Amino acid sequence: MALRTLLTRKSLGLGLGVSQSVRGLQTFSLPDLPYDYGALEPAISGEIMKLHHQKHHQTYITNYNKALEQLHEAMEKGDSSTVVKLQGAIKFNGGGHVNHSIFWKNLTPVQEGGGEPPKGSLGWAIDTHFGSMEALVAKINSEGAAVQGSGWVWLGLDKELKKLVVETTANQDPLVTKGPNLVPLLGIDVWEHAYYLQYKNVRPDYLKNVWKVIDWKYASEVYEKECP
Amino acid sequence: MLATPAPVSLASALLPPQGWKSSRSLPWRGKRRTCSRKGNSSLIIAKFELKPPPYPLSALEPHMSRETLEYHWGKHHRGYVDNLNRQIVGTELDGMTLEDIITITYNKGDLLPAFNNAAQVWNHTSFWESMKPGGGGEPSGDLLELIKRDFGSFERFVEEFKLAASTQFGSGWAWLVYKANRLDVGNAVNPRPSEEDKKLVVVKSPNAINPLLWDCYPLLTIDVWEHAYYLDFQNHRPDYISIFMEKLVSWEAVSSRLEMAKAQVANREREEERRKRAEEEEQMPYSEAVKMYLESDGDGDDSEAE
Repeated sequence: MALRTLLTRKSLGLGLGVSQSVRGLQTFSLPDLPYDYGALEPAISGEIMKLHHQKHHQTYITNYNKALEQLHEAMEKGDSSTVVKLQGAIKFNGGGHVNHSIFWKNLTPVQEGGGEPPKGSLGWAIDTHFGSMEALVAKINSEGAAVQGSGWVWLGLDKELKKLVVETTANQDPLVTKGPNLVPLLGIDVWEHAYYLQYKNVRPDYLKNVWKVIDWKYASEVYEKECP
Repeated sequence: MLATPAPVSLASALLPPQGWKSSRSLPWRGKRRTCSRKGNSSLIIAKFELKPPPYPLSALEPHMSRETLEYHWGKHHRGYVDNLNRQIVGTELDGMTLEDIITITYNKGDLLPAFNNAAQVWNHTSFWESMKPGGGGEPSGDLLELIKRDFGSFERFVEEFKLAASTQFGSGWAWLVYKANRLDVGNAVNPRPSEEDKKLVVVKSPNAINPLLWDCYPLLTIDVWEHAYYLDFQNHRPDYISIFMEKLVSWEAVSSRLEMAKAQVANREREEERRKRAEEEEQMPYSEAVKMYLESDGDGDDSEAE
């Protein structure tokens, strides 16, 4: 996650009564994709990838930074009602940034291993929890297709119970809103902007094809870190 | 999208919750579905039909493309109609008006499977009829007067409507509604009803939610699901909203809905007045009996209340 310190203001307290905390207002910027926009074709078109990354993800980041800046101001003023009012925009836009950042890592071109099933302990865990990889894919596809409106479908890990779960979230709610112990391994964007130019109203076809460019490396790494 | 048949819990949802009366369940009633006879069977299957927009699919070009209408009406709207028909056939919902299905399957927020399809059928029909070729401009007559009264000016209304449409997180709708002075709480009565309570309000709603459920009369709506604008405007939702307001809105349709809403509110008020009088007359002998009973039992349980 690209993190940049835009403003670092260090003020040395000149007297005991006027000490000021060291504070930096951090802003977020668009992460680069580790592949070209057209590299996921034909599963996902270059046009979709470009708009999705440059426009949608960028807008979430822009609005997230804006909301954080307003939050910073409101907190300095002790303006509680504004702090509370900003939570919606922070959740939506911050969630949009978090979710898309994971999504890009879950994708890779076929020549670079897209679509290859996970190796190692995650593969075993999927068989244990869902019966087979095919059963997991079928479950994710059916729950993803049933999301009303905009949202995400996830393969997550409950890190306390060491259990794999399939969950959906509405809009840009990140997976953690479904449980504080849930860690996202794989997220599939089922907003219409993720597939409409290519698949139109047929979300199930998008879900069927996206598996051809899914990269299990990130999911495996997270899983192995949490369940060594 | 869900094609699951209505679950067992439907039966309990059909029992009117406290305060629910069929005569006041929804402000907008009266759209009847057509019935069709299926094959050689004598069984009559009531089913909702896909209502076409009141103009050809290419008539809104260049502001809304034929391709968008072909998918939006021809696929999305049709999908909601087909799924709804599949879901309700053979259930208690079969044969009800669309508005009743919406209220019942809303189930006080705990949505039943047919809700999304039923509400989206209603919403889309309302959306097509909110537009016309060569639309836009300014409203006139009563509608304009009310807009000025309730928003300050037409420009202020447009700002508020655009803001609602552009800030609806994710999928949903923005609406101009006529809000009557009802308190939607069981058998509560507005203690001081006045003409001033009836006003125009801008609201937004997520996914399939329809302001009918909030006891409002929808007058104008814009669909802000991405499928409504993505082929023509991609990520530029604000541009789509501006074009809708400037080039597509049918103010005639909005005006005639306002007239209908006013007429229905007036009707409803008369009906309620009649019912209230009838109830009062019925209760007269009973309340006198209670009064006598209470008077003869002065030092009973209710002495604490004194």
